[in-house]
Amino acid sequence: MSSSIESLITKEYAAGFVTDVESDTLPPGLSEDVVRAISEKKEEPEWMLEWRLKAFRRWQSMPEPHWPNVKYEPIDYQGISYYSAPKKKKSLTSLDEVDPEVLRTYERLGIPLNEQKMLSGVAVDAIFDSVSVGTTMREELTKVGVIFMSLGEAVREYPELVRKYLGSVVPYSDNFFAALNSAVFSDGSFVYVPKGVRCPMELSTYFRINAADTGQFERTLVVADEGAYVSYLEGCTAPKRSTNQLHAAVVELVALPGATVKYSTVQNWYAGDKEGRGGIYNFVTKRGKAFANSKISWTQVETGSAITWKYPSVILQGDNSVGEFYSVAVVNNRQQADTGTKMIHIGKNTRSNIVSKGISAGEGNNSYRGRVQVLPKASGARNYTQCDSMLVGNRCGAHTFPYIEVANNTAIVEHEASTSKIGEDQIFYLKQRGLSAEQAVSMIVSGFCKEVFKELPMEFALEAQQLLGITLEGSVG
Amino acid sequence: MTAEATIERVVTAATPFEDAFRALIEGDGAQAPAHIQSLRSAAFEAFRRLGFPTTKNEDWHFTSVAPIAEHDYLHITTQSGDVQRSALAPFLFGRSEWHTLVFVNGRYAPELSNTSGLPKGVTLLDLRRAWQEAPQLTEPLGRLTRHDDRAFSALNTAFMHDGAVLHVDRDVEVDMPIHLLFVTDAVAAKSMMHPRNLIVVGRHAKATVIESYVSLSDAVYFTNAVTEVSVAEGATLHHYKMQREGMRAFHVGTIEARQARDSHYISFSLSTGGSLTRTNIYTTLAGEGCGATLNGLYMLDGEQHCDHQTLIAHVQPNCFSRELYKGVLDGQSHGVFNGKVYVDPIAQKTDGKQTNNTLLLSDKAQIDTKPQLEIFADDVKCTHGATVGRLDEQALFYMKSRGVSRALARELLTYAFAADVLETIEQPSVREELERMTLRRFMTVADDR
Repeated sequence: MSSSIESLITKEYAAGFVTDVESDTLPPGLSEDVVRAISEKKEEPEWMLEWRLKAFRRWQSMPEPHWPNVKYEPIDYQGISYYSAPKKKKSLTSLDEVDPEVLRTYERLGIPLNEQKMLSGVAVDAIFDSVSVGTTMREELTKVGVIFMSLGEAVREYPELVRKYLGSVVPYSDNFFAALNSAVFSDGSFVYVPKGVRCPMELSTYFRINAADTGQFERTLVVADEGAYVSYLEGCTAPKRSTNQLHAAVVELVALPGATVKYSTVQNWYAGDKEGRGGIYNFVTKRGKAFANSKISWTQVETGSAITWKYPSVILQGDNSVGEFYSVAVVNNRQQADTGTKMIHIGKNTRSNIVSKGISAGEGNNSYRGRVQVLPKASGARNYTQCDSMLVGNRCGAHTFPYIEVANNTAIVEHEASTSKIGEDQIFYLKQRGLSAEQAVSMIVSGFCKEVFKELPMEFALEAQQLLGITLEGSVG
Repeated sequence: MTAEATIERVVTAATPFEDAFRALIEGDGAQAPAHIQSLRSAAFEAFRRLGFPTTKNEDWHFTSVAPIAEHDYLHITTQSGDVQRSALAPFLFGRSEWHTLVFVNGRYAPELSNTSGLPKGVTLLDLRRAWQEAPQLTEPLGRLTRHDDRAFSALNTAFMHDGAVLHVDRDVEVDMPIHLLFVTDAVAAKSMMHPRNLIVVGRHAKATVIESYVSLSDAVYFTNAVTEVSVAEGATLHHYKMQREGMRAFHVGTIEARQARDSHYISFSLSTGGSLTRTNIYTTLAGEGCGATLNGLYMLDGEQHCDHQTLIAHVQPNCFSRELYKGVLDGQSHGVFNGKVYVDPIAQKTDGKQTNNTLLLSDKAQIDTKPQLEIFADDVKCTHGATVGRLDEQALFYMKSRGVSRALARELLTYAFAADVLETIEQPSVREELERMTLRRFMTVADDR
C-alpha cells in the first residue's frame, strides 16, 4: 500500500483535552476502608455497603485473568484512585448548579447538556470521572413513569428496585473486573421502564474520564418491565495522558417478558499515541438477560481505547427470546481489541444473530472471540454468525476465535467468517471518479460496516462514521 | 472433578511411566542410536514437567484426558498376540497386494507384512531395522515435530521404539499405496503403544500412504502415535489416517507435516473407533506455491468422545489450503473440532478455506467446534464456516412427497451428508470401502426391504 493510505490513518484525538476542575479525589489505593469511604461519600444504605464488601473480599481471592489475545503491562491496583468527583457537588437539582467548566467540557465534546439536547429529544445522563453530573429531560420521562437517573440516586430513591436487579445478571463474583467494579463502582446510570411503556426518547449516557491516575468504574443497570421498550446510547471520551487508565465498567440489562432493550455504544476512549503510550484499558463486562419473548440488541462501535476487552452477551433464558450483536471494532497504531459476544441459548426457540466487522490498521491487533452455546433444553434454537475482518497494511493482525457448543440436535447454528483487504483496484476506481484516496478508503470501510451502522440511531450513526474516518486516518498509503 | 484432584491423580499415574521408561532404556531400547537415546531422555523429562493436559489448557478445553490418565498401562516391548493374516482382511480395502507393514500390539510383525515389489528408490522399513540398516534415513526423527509443550508427543518420543520409516527418493512415483497397519488384539488389554512413523517424500516424488489403527478386540488400551512427514519441493503426498480402534480404546494420534516449495499434502482423517480419541493434524506450508488439503469425517455413537485439532500454518506467500471436516453424531457422543489457520505477515496472497459441518442425529449428542483464523498478512483471502444442525426438514418433506418413507429419507440424507466428504478421496479403493462402510452404518431400512 502506498504512502497515501499510510497518511490517512493518523489524526489527532479531538477529545484529548483536560478540563481544569477542582475534584474531590480519594488517594490511590484499595482496601476495605476505601470501599467504606466510597459508600459513605455516596450516602449509601447498609445493604449496598455489605454488597460492596462481599465483592471486595471475593475480588481479593481472584487471580487476574490473562487469557485474551492482548498484551499489557501489569496493572498496579494500589496505584489507582478509586473515586474522583468534580467538587462543589451539593445535591444537584438543576443543571444550572453544575460546574460551568464541566458543562463546557461536554459542549466541547458536542454534548450540550441543556436546551440543544432537549430539542433533539435525547435524555442525557453525563458522568464526569466517577459521578453523574446531570441528567436531562427528567420531567418528560417522569410523566410516562420512566426512571432515568444516576445509580447513586437510584440506590437512595428506589432501593427496592435496585436491590432486586443489581447483580442479577452480572453477579459480583462473575469475574475479576466485575468483582472489582462491584466493590468500588462510583456511579452509573439506572433506567427502569414500567410495564407496557415505550420510552418516548432515546436515553443516553456520556462518560468522561478527566482526572489523572484514576480508574473509572461505572455501573449501568437497565430494566425493561414486561412489554416495555427502551433504546439506550452510551458514549465515552478521555483526555490524552501518557499513562494507562483502567476503565472497568459493568452493564446489566434485564428484559422482562415481552420487553425490548436496545443498547448502543460508541466507544472513543483515548487510544494512546502512535507508539502505544498511554490510553485507556477498557475491560468491561456487559450482559443482558432475556426473559420469554423479549429481545436484547447490542450495537457497538469500538474505535478508541488502547486495549478493548469485552464481550456484550445475552443469556437467552426465556422461550422465544432474541439476542442480537452488531459490532464494528477498529484498531490502529498499537491498539488491541479482543471483543465479541456470548449467546447462551437456554430457552426454547431462542434466536441469536451476530454480525461483527473488524478493521485492523497500523500495528493493531483485532480479535473476534465469540461463544454460541446451545444447552440441551434449548430446542429449536437458531444462531447465525458472520464475522468479517479487513486488514489495512501488513503489520496488523486479525484473529477469530469462535466457540460453538451445541448440545441439542434441533438447533441450527451457522458461522461464517472472512478476511480480506481493501483492493487497490477498488481504490483506483474511486480515485478515477474524483475521490481522494482517503475518501475512497473511508467509503469502502463505511460500506463494509454498513450492516452494523444501520442498527445505530441516526445521530450516533453519523458520529460513528466520522469516528471511523478519524481512527483510520493515515492508515492508508 | 476439581483441578487439584486431577493433578493429584496425574502425579500418581506418572509412576508406572517411570518404571516402563526405565525398563525401555535399560532393556531393548538400548539398541537405538545414541542421538535417539538422548532424545528419549529429554522427551521424558518434558513429559515429567508437563504432565497430562487439563481442560484449563486451551488446546484441550473440550476434552478431558482424565480417563486416559487414571489407568496404568503396560508397555509391550516384544512381539505378542496371535493375529492371523485372514483376520486382517477387513482392513485391507480389498487390496492385499499393497505394500503393507503390519504392527501387532505396537510391534512390527514381519510375517504379516508385505514389502515385496517396492519400486526402486523406495525404502520401507520398521524403525528398529532402519536404525540398524539405514540410520541416515532416521535422522529427521524429532526434527519435524516438537514435543516441548505437547505432553502426548513427549510421551511418544520418550517411548519411541517401533514404527515405520518410509523414504521415497526424488522423482519416484509410487503407484501402489503403502499401508501402515497398526492392529491390536486381546493381548493389548491394559497396555500402551507409542508408534513413531517417519515419512519422507523426495523432490518431485509422489506417494500415497494409509495409516490404519484397528483392533480385533474390545480391550481397553492406549495408542499414542506420532507421524512426522516431510514433503520435498514439488512432491505430492496423499496421506490417509483411518482410526478404527476398539470401542473402549484410547487413541491420541499426531501427524505433523512440513512442506517445501510447490509441494502438495493431501490428508484425510477418518475417526469411527475408540471411546476417547484425539487426532492432531498439523501442516506447515514452508515454501511458496504449496497446497494443503485437510479433509476428514468422524462418525460417533454411544458415549464416544472424538476430538480433532488441525493447524495449517501459512508461512510463505502464494499458498492455498482447503479444509473440510464433517461429523455425524449419534447416541450420547461428543464431538470436538478445532481447526486453526495461521497466516504469517509475509504469507501474502494466501488463499484459505475451512469448513466444519456437523450433523446431530440424537438429542443427547453434543458438538463443540472452534474454527479459528489468525491472520497477520493483509493481501489474503481467508474464509471459514461452521454449521451444526439436524437433517433439513424440507429435504425430508420433498423426499416423502416423492414416495420415499421418512425413515429411508433420513438415512439417505445422512449418508449423503457423510458421502460428500468421502468423494474427495482420490484413491478409489479407499473411497469405495469407506462409502460401503458408511452406507452399512446408516442404511438399515434399505437392508430390511
